[in-house]
Amino acid sequence: MAELAKLGWYRESRLSSLSGDGRLFLWYQSASISFGWVPMDYERVVYLKSEIQRIGEETLRELKELDRQDALQELKVKVLGKKGSLTALLRQMGGLSPEERPMMGQVVNDMRSCLEKAWEERGVELDILALQKRLTTERIDITLPGTCVSRGHHHPLTQVIEEIEDIFLGMGFQIAEGPEIETDYYNFEALNLPKEHPAREMQDSFYITEEILLRTQTSPVQIRTMERLYPALPVKIIAPGKVYRNDDDATHSPMFHQVEGLVVDRGIRMSDLKGILLNFSRQMFGESREIRLRPSFFPFTEPSAEVDVSCMLCGGAGCRLCKGSGWIEILGSGMVHPRVLEMGGYNPQDVTGFAFGMGVERIAMLKFGIEDMRLLFDNDLRFLQQF
Amino acid sequence: MKVSLEWLRELVDIDRSVAELAETLTRGGIEVEDVENLNKGFEKVVIGEIVSLTKHPDADRLWVCVVNVGQEVVTIVTGAQNLLVGDRIPVALVGSTLPNELSIRKSKLRGVVSQGMLCSREELLLDATVGLDRSAEGILVLPHEAPIGENFGKYLGREDSVLDLELYPNRPDCLAMVNVAREVASLTGKKPHLSKWTEQNQVLSLPTASDLRIIIENEELCWRYAGLVVEDVRIAPSPEWMQRRLKAAGVRPINNIVDITNYCMLEMGQPLHAFDRDKISGDVHVRAAFPGEKVVTLDGIERTLQIDTLLIADDCQPLAVAGVMGGLDSEITKDTKRLMIESAHFSGVSVRRTSRRLGLRSEASNRFEKGIDVYGIVATLGRVCDLLLELGAGRPVALVDVVKNLPAQRQVSLSVEHTSTVLGAELEMAEIRQVLEDLNFKYQEQDGQFEVGIPSYRSDITIEEDLMEEVARLIGYDRIPTTLPQGDLTQGSRTPEQEFRRRLRRAFAQSGMDEVITYTFTRAEADAQWGSAKHSIPLLNPLREELGVMRTSLVPGLLDVAARNVTRRTMNVSIFEIGNTYWGEEQPLQKLPREELRVAGVAVGKNGRHWQNQLVNYDFYYLKGILDRVALEFGLKLEYRPAENQVLLHPGRSADVYLQNQCVGFLGEMHPSLEKTWGLERVVVFELEFAALLARMRQTVRAHSIPRFPGIQRDLAVVVAKDTPAEAVLSKMRKLGGELLQQVEIFDVYRGNPIPDDRKSLAFALRYQSLERTLTDEEVNLLNSRILEGIQQEFGAEWRK
Ligand SMILES: [Zn+2]
Repeated sequence: MAELAKLGWYRESRLSSLSGDGRLFLWYQSASISFGWVPMDYERVVYLKSEIQRIGEETLRELKELDRQDALQELKVKVLGKKGSLTALLRQMGGLSPEERPMMGQVVNDMRSCLEKAWEERGVELDILALQKRLTTERIDITLPGTCVSRGHHHPLTQVIEEIEDIFLGMGFQIAEGPEIETDYYNFEALNLPKEHPAREMQDSFYITEEILLRTQTSPVQIRTMERLYPALPVKIIAPGKVYRNDDDATHSPMFHQVEGLVVDRGIRMSDLKGILLNFSRQMFGESREIRLRPSFFPFTEPSAEVDVSCMLCGGAGCRLCKGSGWIEILGSGMVHPRVLEMGGYNPQDVTGFAFGMGVERIAMLKFGIEDMRLLFDNDLRFLQQF
Repeated sequence: MKVSLEWLRELVDIDRSVAELAETLTRGGIEVEDVENLNKGFEKVVIGEIVSLTKHPDADRLWVCVVNVGQEVVTIVTGAQNLLVGDRIPVALVGSTLPNELSIRKSKLRGVVSQGMLCSREELLLDATVGLDRSAEGILVLPHEAPIGENFGKYLGREDSVLDLELYPNRPDCLAMVNVAREVASLTGKKPHLSKWTEQNQVLSLPTASDLRIIIENEELCWRYAGLVVEDVRIAPSPEWMQRRLKAAGVRPINNIVDITNYCMLEMGQPLHAFDRDKISGDVHVRAAFPGEKVVTLDGIERTLQIDTLLIADDCQPLAVAGVMGGLDSEITKDTKRLMIESAHFSGVSVRRTSRRLGLRSEASNRFEKGIDVYGIVATLGRVCDLLLELGAGRPVALVDVVKNLPAQRQVSLSVEHTSTVLGAELEMAEIRQVLEDLNFKYQEQDGQFEVGIPSYRSDITIEEDLMEEVARLIGYDRIPTTLPQGDLTQGSRTPEQEFRRRLRRAFAQSGMDEVITYTFTRAEADAQWGSAKHSIPLLNPLREELGVMRTSLVPGLLDVAARNVTRRTMNVSIFEIGNTYWGEEQPLQKLPREELRVAGVAVGKNGRHWQNQLVNYDFYYLKGILDRVALEFGLKLEYRPAENQVLLHPGRSADVYLQNQCVGFLGEMHPSLEKTWGLERVVVFELEFAALLARMRQTVRAHSIPRFPGIQRDLAVVVAKDTPAEAVLSKMRKLGGELLQQVEIFDVYRGNPIPDDRKSLAFALRYQSLERTLTDEEVNLLNSRILEGIQQEFGAEWRK
């Protein structure tokens, strides 16, 4: 017992220099308990025990020094594998008495599981070390530009048209279209603009023949739509498209875009026009926008109104954009003229309607702060790629 | 219409500031585009008197003046040498900004404080008619009567503002001061003072001239013609007040007679013309021109007239082009003793046609074109009489008034209930009554229904809706509430075509191409080249020659954009457009042409340089890749066959694009011989028919199951003749591989050492897979070698191990 105690002490002191975790100390305790009660071949047992001890110590030391997972695995085979050094010890137990053998086997197995645990822990340690190493070496310059995923740009006018379409789709409007090359009848006459009407002068047209021209407005779609839908109710459409006028400067382009709107039904009121346009203005220009109507004149509406929206830049206080008035004119509108309803096939005694028309370029210019309309058709990519 | 506020005040009381008045009018439907302050620059310029004049203690050429400016006495240092004590002079007080933009601040000149500036004519932008002769040498010196302390602008009669009205075509009545006054009165709840301006004037008591006969030969174009005969005419300048008002309205003063006619036109809206009575021989005829008839107009130009031109003529010769311009022969001169002043109606259509044709547009023709008040013709002559007598310019002696056609007096009904319904605002009887009172319209009222008499000058009001607008604008559009339509709910939707267009646009943009929008009219030659000269539609009046025809191809527009961008040093251009082309079936057009939507693209240069990416040349394959990717998105499979059109496209680098055996467009590098014309090198273009794509687009997706059994991958490289199309080899392989060859892709193309010059190496990745079982290596090897043999036979391919 004294020897064992000495041995124990001795082992204890060695252990403390090996590792702080006291793994072998535990093993020693179990071993001393096993040997304390059974008579045995003292020399042999001591030898085997010291071998186990030695292999354990060496393995632990090596384990500490290993820095790669595969080397860890190699060592495991060398010690614990079929031909490993610890396994070899088991074979030497043949000389022990049948009583001693299981006890010794127990000692080896204890050592084995002790080492396996050490392996596992060292493995985890190595993973952590490897991760730390990876994290410290894998540093990139995050300020370099990202991989280039090329993306094209939609033309700003398309974007505005689609936005307008989406707003009106949400309010239950359908999208109608009509030809860009129109007859005098649809472009003027059916819209209550007979030949020689002074208001025709407001619009300088591009003619192809005396009777065929490039439409000067999207309003002919009003007539075409009513003709197509009659007698269905309600008629509720917007009609975006290209229109043409013989004009070219910073605020006019010979080709430009309009969005027409038309609602015809029983009992349509001018207040409905106001409601729809207020809704539109808020979605288009911001929740806090207000609108105001001003009397105006269009041959195909009566009463007619110019619609101003409160300035999106200053909110109505007055600034350069709104020329100090706090209001910005965005569209023309009115109650559909009875004669136009008739031209479309509807009976003005039964139904009423409202119509409106807005310039897409103007809205795009307001929305994006574009000063010169010609930029929209110049197609300089440096300009277009901003959108 | 330019409206002098000072003039307007004579016709109606104005109870608000200019800015407020402008706002009231604008919100009432008479848009005030601009307010011009005629006194601008003179706001702080007053008349002062020089109290004392002493030499500056430290400067030889400077004078220290003590000036009495009425409220106070100021010291001002001046360098002018033309002043005397007691002179009345314009003084710009501290804080003024003069008409020449000079700002006056308190300053010190060599130690002496100067509290303003004495002004010269130049600084005030005045001409030599103002001030004493001495003024030429320096400071403007005014006559001794000039009131000390008075605003200098007021002294000059400039204290006025001019409202510039932007009139809609339905309100020609507001081309008359009296009607503007009526409008102001209606909108501000005042009554205009217009007693002098009606037909109940002393003119009516004039005898009919015995020696002047007026014969209207064309009743269609002239409904009424009145002539006022004036004797004892004395031609002289008109008085200052009249000149000032004319100038404010933008009319140049000439002499008292011309000025009176212009003044009355501005006031009443009725154009007038003064003829020298003694130059009229015989009767006055209103008639159409004879074929080839000539007249020398006031501007001295001899004009040959079309037969539909309306003329005023005497028995011998034309006197004037009706409503457009007088003739030189009957013009009044300084020796004129007798006049016939014309006040007449001429058809607006006729006047417009003639004034356009002759290139003569004037205040008068403008008023005729928009329509004058036939009832106001003689009333205007009444005003002429007043002014002739007031100015001592002549003595009205006789009047001839020939009336052929007076438009009927209009009655329009207005229902309170209907108006409330249409406007969506609850209106009371009393409100409508008030509106009609404010408008000064006569009305009768019964059971919520008004019968309204429309004054002759309001030609725009013909139906109930017109009156509703009057009601709405007088009660204010703000009275109309905000509601939403009450009818059935509707579903907003796009047509399939609209939806496809939108998705197609997105697909191209997502592929890296920028969308452009170009003019749909283009140069005839360029369109003929890429489109169809036979079908392109010329404009009668293009903006510029290079915008002369409607396009039949999108390509020229895109090439223009590409060239413009390359010129501006944008080296990577990849653009597309979805837009109409226009196809006329006959020349000239008898019916509306076909509008055919196309999608086209142009690419030139290479993608932008990036530290990580490889440079990609914008070549045939770049656009082909985009087309295939876009097509894939719609379940379309495009095929490429050698291009037919090898005039525009590089014969070796172009293809016609097919969709289910129908040609739907082309793709290719532009022919090198065209590069110079466009200033572009190695540019690739495509153009596809939109409708063909839409028609074949996959409507729904049918899902395939995913194979459960593993596939086997084999690579195969072969060397074939360099002209062998890869697609031919691929399709042969597909045919030979059958169902089991699930996928075959080309992953390398190589030419060069050690491959002979006339051959190329193609490397394919083949994937074998069965839906039913796991394939064995043996059967795959067998199939693979059968494929190899097949292409060896067909293409003389050599296996490259
Ligand atoms: Zn603003």
